[in-house]
Amino acid sequence: MTQQHPRLREFKFTLYRIFRNPSAIIGFSLLFIFAGVALFAPQIAPPKYPHNPYLMPHKGFSPTPKPPSQTNIFGTTSGQYDIFYGVVWGTRTAFKIGMFVVGIAAFVGVTLGAVSGYLGGIVDEALMRITDVIWAIPTLVLAMAIIVAFGRGLDKVMIALALVGWRWYVRVIRSEILTLRDQDFVQAAKIMGVSDLKIILRHILPNAIYPVLIMASMDMGSMVITASFLSFVGLGAPKGYADWGQMVALARNYIVGPPGDPLKFWYAIVIPGGCIVLFVLAWNLIGDALRDAFDPKLRRR
Amino acid sequence: MALLEVNNLKKYFPIKKGILSRTVGQVQAVDGVSFTLKKGETLGLVGESGCGKTTVGRSILRLIEPTSGQVTFNGQNLLRLEREELRKVRASLQIIFQDPFSSLDPRMNVGQIIAEPIRNHLKISKSEMRNQVAYLMERVGLHPEQMSRYPHEFSGGQRQRIGIARALALNPLAVICDEPVSALDVSIQAQVINLLAQLQEQMNLSYLFIAHDLSIVEHISDRVAVMYLGRIVELATDRELYQNPMHPYTQALLSAVPIPDPEIRKKKILLQGDVPSPINPPSGCAFHTRCPERKEICSREEPIFQNIGADHWVACHLM
Repeated sequence: MTQQHPRLREFKFTLYRIFRNPSAIIGFSLLFIFAGVALFAPQIAPPKYPHNPYLMPHKGFSPTPKPPSQTNIFGTTSGQYDIFYGVVWGTRTAFKIGMFVVGIAAFVGVTLGAVSGYLGGIVDEALMRITDVIWAIPTLVLAMAIIVAFGRGLDKVMIALALVGWRWYVRVIRSEILTLRDQDFVQAAKIMGVSDLKIILRHILPNAIYPVLIMASMDMGSMVITASFLSFVGLGAPKGYADWGQMVALARNYIVGPPGDPLKFWYAIVIPGGCIVLFVLAWNLIGDALRDAFDPKLRRR
Repeated sequence: MALLEVNNLKKYFPIKKGILSRTVGQVQAVDGVSFTLKKGETLGLVGESGCGKTTVGRSILRLIEPTSGQVTFNGQNLLRLEREELRKVRASLQIIFQDPFSSLDPRMNVGQIIAEPIRNHLKISKSEMRNQVAYLMERVGLHPEQMSRYPHEFSGGQRQRIGIARALALNPLAVICDEPVSALDVSIQAQVINLLAQLQEQMNLSYLFIAHDLSIVEHISDRVAVMYLGRIVELATDRELYQNPMHPYTQALLSAVPIPDPEIRKKKILLQGDVPSPINPPSGCAFHTRCPERKEICSREEPIFQNIGADHWVACHLM
């Protein structure tokens, strides 16, 4: 038998741990489906306006949603936008929002947290007090304030959420680094003449990054929910943009049907709403599975 | 000439309280420690937990910035050096840590761990580096084939060997051994101690050997210093200290070492009370609160650390 490289062995063990967990299988399957839909959106729902594929096609302006039919398999929502098209391209929007927001927030947060935790002293004090001030403002209020200042639009929503989101990561990474900073192997690296930057990059971050990965995967879901909410209240995507939150918003007057048939327009709410729920669920299940797999106390029998 | 000379080294940790972080007191962890370490010599530093042994070791390397004092290593005053100069000096003054589990980065393999000091100080090719690491591993009794393994795959004794290989990678002149065997099983302790002694002979190393186990220190040291509450109370050659302890504290410590012979009945000196707090050490001789032979002068005046002949130094009024 050939001896495997230890790093490969560790990686295989991690994968084995992740996929022994049923919630991970559900989470990754859901994510796989969403990713497929997002990737093949042009094939699944060919855009009517190739220069702006995110604009949902609509026939007519009637405010009453129409049930699923031959031409619109998921029906149409208020304004006669095609729900199927919106859901497919909305998947792309969701990934775009999640990855952009979490990527920027995690990068900014980890950088600031690492500097703050490792250097300590005045730098730490200053950075953490600024973070505290930002913490004092509720997420949505702060995001809305930023959007109002910058103007509406999905890109502004993403920037606003990234500007709000980093504060979680700062605290998590800083606390990890505070415990690692005084460990002997970091002291040893100092004695060996390793520079501060290299100590952070080679010794501290690789040992501190897992909580951030777990948080980031959970955050992917919650950021999409928050963005949906902002679209719902009308601060996000422009009218007709394929965005799940906006689609729920379009149907908000039809949540309850006419007297005697309260579920008449269920498709206008349940289909885009369900997508949001499943997308968030997928990321949360993955986050849970990562936590179980990386927890050193649970890792080995 | 001495390789390492420590003069009146002090480290006080401030105690801070309140939102304004006012300093309300000081922990006098190390309070005026002086000793010398000669080339090729092993100086044992013993004392109870919390007496400041580890702080001495780390202050010398400036892992903890000392409050005051002088540390001269190879003709350079370490406490005055700038970052870059200090980095160069540290190549020849290394440390072996007590805990072999926390002193190795769990995400690096053994080859990377041992290569790290070399990579930071010398510019050599990849294959040369491999050879060097393999050579070092063989030297400390590890198999070079295990180079790509991770620390958690090794036992405590093997991990300590990895730590030793890393400390020796740059051919240092002196190594501070901070309780290198106290985390190991007794059977492994002997192996590691013998390895250290053998390497010392081959490489003409000097050790500052910090420990709390008197029998281990006796085995490896040329001279032994006994610390109590941040100060050295007695310093003598190995044989002299064990056969003719002068300070009442040393006498009490030695009387507590078990002798593996049930026939011998030793008179044990049992110390009363606890070690006083280093935040508020006793006046005069720090040991007077527990000393079985204290006199009136002991609580009033601090005894002078003096040579009583044959390079035997004691800080006690009874001499």
